[in-house]
Amino acid sequence: MKNPNTGTPLVELRDISISFGGIKAVDHVTVDLHPGEVVGLLGHNGAGKSTLIKCLSGAYQADAGEIFINGEKVTIENPRDARAYNVETIYQTLALADNLDAASNLFLGRELVSPLGFVDDARMEAETRKIMARLNPNFRKFNVPVSALSGGQRQSVAIARAVYFNAKILIMDEPTAALGPQETQMVAELIQELKSTGLGIFLIEHDIHAVMDLCDRAVVMKNGQRVGCVNVGEVTDEDILGMIILGKKPPQAY
Amino acid sequence: MTQPQTTTSQLPPSASPVTRFLRATELDTRLLGMVGALVAIWVGFHLVGYLNNGFGAFLTPRNLWNLSVQTSSIGIMACGMVLVIVTRHIDLSVGSMLGFTAMIMGLLQVEILPQFIGLGNPAIWVITCIVGMAMGTLIGAFQGALIAYGRIPAFIVTLGGLLVWRGAAFLVARGRTISPVDANFALLGGGPYGSVGEIGSWIVGILACVGILWMLIHGRAQRHKFEFPLRPMWAEVLLGVLGCGIAIGAVLLVNAYPWPRGIVNQYVAANDITLPEGGTLFISHGFAIPVLILLAVGIAMTFIMTRTRFGRYVFAIGGNPDAALLAGIDVKWMTVKIFALMGFLTGLSAVVASARLNSATNALGTLDELYVIAAAVIGGTSLAGGIGTIYGAILGAFVMQSLQTGMVLIGFDAALQNIVVGTVLVLAVYIDTLYRAKSK
Repeated sequence: MKNPNTGTPLVELRDISISFGGIKAVDHVTVDLHPGEVVGLLGHNGAGKSTLIKCLSGAYQADAGEIFINGEKVTIENPRDARAYNVETIYQTLALADNLDAASNLFLGRELVSPLGFVDDARMEAETRKIMARLNPNFRKFNVPVSALSGGQRQSVAIARAVYFNAKILIMDEPTAALGPQETQMVAELIQELKSTGLGIFLIEHDIHAVMDLCDRAVVMKNGQRVGCVNVGEVTDEDILGMIILGKKPPQAY
Repeated sequence: MTQPQTTTSQLPPSASPVTRFLRATELDTRLLGMVGALVAIWVGFHLVGYLNNGFGAFLTPRNLWNLSVQTSSIGIMACGMVLVIVTRHIDLSVGSMLGFTAMIMGLLQVEILPQFIGLGNPAIWVITCIVGMAMGTLIGAFQGALIAYGRIPAFIVTLGGLLVWRGAAFLVARGRTISPVDANFALLGGGPYGSVGEIGSWIVGILACVGILWMLIHGRAQRHKFEFPLRPMWAEVLLGVLGCGIAIGAVLLVNAYPWPRGIVNQYVAANDITLPEGGTLFISHGFAIPVLILLAVGIAMTFIMTRTRFGRYVFAIGGNPDAALLAGIDVKWMTVKIFALMGFLTGLSAVVASARLNSATNALGTLDELYVIAAAVIGGTSLAGGIGTIYGAILGAFVMQSLQTGMVLIGFDAALQNIVVGTVLVLAVYIDTLYRAKSK
């Protein structure tokens, strides 16, 4: 089988390699992502999924390989560069400053400022109230540090941060790991909604059922190498598990 | 029509009046606790003095005025230490840096500048201050760079700094005491001439009142505009009355402390004034210049911490350095800037300290780093990072200085003073820990 997408991919990570102290964390891996598509990145802990994706989000720099966004080669040296290309990331750890409130976290590094250049807390809080009304209407805790929030509430702050700044490419690193069933459902619905607006989403996920539900394609990694890519609609969860655990490539994979 | 939401409207009707009051005024309970502790210390020392010596010396305009001047040097540095500690660092070198920069400034204004531009040239104090503060900034930035880019822990870099700058202070002057400093420079240390007088103090007080009222009115307008919960009107009025009351009270206090008779006689002779029949002139000190410097630093730093991106990043780095990095904040460069700012304030503090002493001595600033850190920590700055306020640190400096002054006034042994200060520091942090655990 083949990649069903045609045209220029939104993102292409081509032949990326990165090693830490002689260990090849990512070894010549290529993945692509098209608009309106959810691509799952799967593999064991330590398979190199997060490391690969951090090259795109600017947290790491690849030792070798190229990154293309809308067909153009780009250099991403830090998270600021990534944000400039509308790449937003929701990290597994959520990357929130626990001592700050929701609005400060949402705008961290991109504060709204008054004409004199001072941070405009009132406007940021108002904007936060607006976006939260859409994402998580039950959210009320605007004036407390995020350390006082539940896992789901923290997650919605992290998601709001990505959505607010008009991400074109969204990276979600196990977005539902810390969530209850209801909140997981909320995230799933959100992914569908974002997808329909033409975003491309990289989803790092361990839960095979979530992958089957949410992803269009899945790329499996093992020991830093790419095992293969499948169109989720054409395979069973058994096939994917076989790729993850045994590194066995089913006939549909490419 | 719906009632506009207020800060108390979400409380259950069963909430106690205290809770209601705190929620309505949005006053920080920690702040109230510290003010309470300060008042307790003041009244306590006054009473003890009264019982032991038949005269309470603490709650007198003279003592409180002196207390305010003595607090300035530590208070200025404590404002910078808040940023350092909030970002999970420490600076042990500020006392030695203060000694070194003071010594450089002393040499500059006493031995170098007069050769070139003449003794008593009014530019001397300006050049001296600029050089001193620039020097502090550079030393701070250098130490910050070692910490950020050299990846040496702040504890080690500044512990090295503690030894290096103290030694350097000795070397540059070969252990001499440089004195007296430039006459204009000395005004920055306070004293009768280094104070702004009665009218000047009223101007400061009125400006403070205008500022407080403007903040309340502007804040309410902002909340209204964005439909955030408002404070009830009575709470706004109470805060306004309280704030202005404190400002005016401080003015009355410093104006109630007259110049000593000797200085008045000197002044009278110099200005050719005839004394009223048989009496003497009552000339108020008013606010001392170092206190106004501390006030200005406190306001500026509060502003930086709460209203600028720089301040926001300081807190973000303290709360979660990884998140700060992933949010695109240049954490290393921020560290350099924070230590440079600490150095700048140390330079400013060196101006105040050496001007007050009218000399630069080799021991100036010894142990200051510990008082500064203690002031910040007593003021609620968390050593775990991420939490701290400027006003807390200044209050903390007042608490430390009040303890010391009070113990001197009632004649405590020097050894006993250290024991008390050390115990209070540990106790304050313990209470703070309990408070945080409870409010979580």
